[in-house]
Amino acid sequence: MNNYETVFIVTPVLSDAQVKEVADKFQGVITENGGQIVNLENWGLKKLAYPIQKKTTGFYFLMEFTGEGSIISTLETQYRRDERIIRFLTFKQDKYAVEYSAKRRAKLSNKSQEE
Amino acid sequence: MAQENTQRGTSEIRYLNPVSVDVKKKKYCRFKKLGIKYVDYKDGEFLKKFLNEQGKILPRRLTGTSQKFQKKVAQAVKRARHLAILPFVTDCMK
Repeated sequence: MNNYETVFIVTPVLSDAQVKEVADKFQGVITENGGQIVNLENWGLKKLAYPIQKKTTGFYFLMEFTGEGSIISTLETQYRRDERIIRFLTFKQDKYAVEYSAKRRAKLSNKSQEE
Repeated sequence: MAQENTQRGTSEIRYLNPVSVDVKKKKYCRFKKLGIKYVDYKDGEFLKKFLNEQGKILPRRLTGTSQKFQKKVAQAVKRARHLAILPFVTDCMK
């Protein structure tokens, strides 16, 4: 059971409902293949540092999950098939990365409680 | 007599501006000092400290980071560039 972290960018042309649906779709892909989602973050509409496919903004999503290594190949084929995703990156977390993300989540959660 | 010559000798050389001998600051690896173990590729602001104006990665001799963490920083910067968090090339980074 490894820890993974994936970030993907959804094209800004979609409405919020469709963007939500894309996020749910990939959550489903992970849970169906025996993965378990630890954290899902929606960074919302952000400006890209350089235009991708002639678009300068995109919806960023971060998903942290645990699972077998075989999940990743199916997840990535789903990413490549879906044309609403303009860029994605999956990353295997080593022990320092897991520690770091746990600390980061704790910081974000107590910051959101303060608001 | 000789002492006077050397006295006059040094004063003859007049510099246009005072020669600035930058004091040799002992470089240290900021990761070892602060005990940071993992360089996050999602944190654009932190990574910008390791990029120059054009967005290129600064060499170790300027930042003073150890090789182990320089490789982690380079890997994180390349991932951030892939995700369009950092630009590949720009003219006014900061």
